[in-house]
Amino acid sequence: MWLFRHWEKYCSKCHIGCGGCFSVPYYNMVFRDFMHANPGTTVNYGAIGSGGGIRSLRDHSVDFGASDAFLDEQETESMGSEVLHIPTCMGGVVMVYILENVDSLRLTGQMILDIYLGKITRWNNPLLQALNPNVTLPDLEITPVYRSDGSGTTYNFSEYLCRISPEWNHDMGKGKSLKWPAGIAAKGNPGVAGIVLQTEGAIGYIGSEYALSLGLPTAKLKNKTGNFVDATRATISAAANIELPDDMRATILDSEDPNAYPISIFTWIMVYKDQQYGNRSLEDAQELVRLLEYIISPEGQAVAAKINYAPLSAPAVVDKTRKLIESMHYAGEAIVSSTGLLE
Amino acid sequence: MAAMILLLLTAGILYALVSRSTETFREYGIWNFITNPEWDPRPATEEYGAMSFILGTLYTAFLLFFSVSSLCPVFFCRGPFQRGVKYLLAGIPSIIYGLWGFYTIRPLIIDLGINAQGFGIFLSSVVLAIMIIPYASSLSTEFLSMVPNKLKEGAYSLGATRLEVIRHISIPSSISGIVASYILALGRALGETMAVTMLIGNTDRIPRGLRDTGNTMASVIANQFGEADGLKLSSLIAIGLLLFVITAIINIIAKLIIKRVSRL
Repeated sequence: MWLFRHWEKYCSKCHIGCGGCFSVPYYNMVFRDFMHANPGTTVNYGAIGSGGGIRSLRDHSVDFGASDAFLDEQETESMGSEVLHIPTCMGGVVMVYILENVDSLRLTGQMILDIYLGKITRWNNPLLQALNPNVTLPDLEITPVYRSDGSGTTYNFSEYLCRISPEWNHDMGKGKSLKWPAGIAAKGNPGVAGIVLQTEGAIGYIGSEYALSLGLPTAKLKNKTGNFVDATRATISAAANIELPDDMRATILDSEDPNAYPISIFTWIMVYKDQQYGNRSLEDAQELVRLLEYIISPEGQAVAAKINYAPLSAPAVVDKTRKLIESMHYAGEAIVSSTGLLE
Repeated sequence: MAAMILLLLTAGILYALVSRSTETFREYGIWNFITNPEWDPRPATEEYGAMSFILGTLYTAFLLFFSVSSLCPVFFCRGPFQRGVKYLLAGIPSIIYGLWGFYTIRPLIIDLGINAQGFGIFLSSVVLAIMIIPYASSLSTEFLSMVPNKLKEGAYSLGATRLEVIRHISIPSSISGIVASYILALGRALGETMAVTMLIGNTDRIPRGLRDTGNTMASVIANQFGEADGLKLSSLIAIGLLLFVITAIINIIAKLIIKRVSRL
């Protein structure tokens, strides 16, 4: 009995969230720092996939869920009450390739989709060569590599291609997993990276944080204004320099900013706007608000940059996110925060 | 008591598989689900069928049998050292075989020109074969050693050579045991997940041949379970149920054969 009582006490300050894999390393770090700053608070984060995270949030078995894709209409309806999307950092999807003697590669969205549809099958394809006049592309088969597991990375990658091409939109669509006509598949970013790095002539799409941390060779992509842009933290952050809706449920793919990397995304933590549900106490709710404020504070965002996630840098983004957190309430009253981090 | 627990455990697993897969079977019908080669997880055109994975599994197993039969003499070695190595091989976790296949065997496959990136049915089959041979050959050595000495001595006393004793006495009287041990090993290979997932290419369509990439029943579950939801989750569990049934049938066949040989 003693053990149980003790355990309950300990757990009254837990936040358990679970969600997409893309943001796991960032959350691990930022939650650890938060726990250091707030002794006695424990944040557990289970990386069980965003589908699992949304299910658990709906069952009230976790305090927050995390995902790289915002809830669609159907999912929103199934959640019961209003769910807020709090952006926590930004990332991108980068094209990683291995070609001997080619250290810089330019690609357009159209070419990426032709490669994945199996229409461009060799590296020395005239279209590819014309786009890259400074390098000699080899006469080699292109092996496109995609994710075998359902993933937010695939979702964002396919959504970008849907945006730029009606053909892809019609034949392939967007989703966490697709029906691919060409290429081979591997599980997770490490799986795709592993295959690409070991296979001459392979190309794969990978989460930017993973590729940037390992310094993998990535292609420059043509953005909406016609510039060829490298994937860096700065170019990904730049994609958010556009008009955004107040609920932050926005895609920043194919951004109009001239410096923006075209496949850039937000990643979100999802919480219920009305925090009074299940057995939650007011303290639980306050603790959660503190955690969220910590994440979007300059301190929390510095952690993101340190491990190659793009921080929320545009003032408008931070401001709107803060308003969202402030709109959370418990028993009809706003949850008072005491961190002062955002002052 | 222990038998009871085992029975309950098996029944529990079976119940969990059946109850979670009914959604799929109700949607498509059992036969339709088994024979449909489409696996389309996109919400708009969602459709699930198990055929491409059943075929992927069978292709892998089919090729496996040829690799096994060509490689098994290597492992029929006697002497304590060789036997030690064999048991060591049988005990290596499959992920290590997967890594070895990825870094060592795959470049060989590319050099041989079997396909451009090396991944596929062929690669996973070869690695699986190397993986399960120690298991199968340990079992069959047991059956060979069960041949009564009287029979062998009788043959020797009639002037038979060593080769003749092996050909006409040892092998015939233990052949069903040897076959059964390979069938058991096949059952194990069918369910092998980690190494195959790393090597087969994980493409959700019917393999166009042994050189093509594909997906087995076990690897599609391992790959897609994490993010699965609703009908997809149910379909993956249904594939698990099919795999359970296939493996059970294979085990039953093997047990029947072993029963026959032990009556000799």
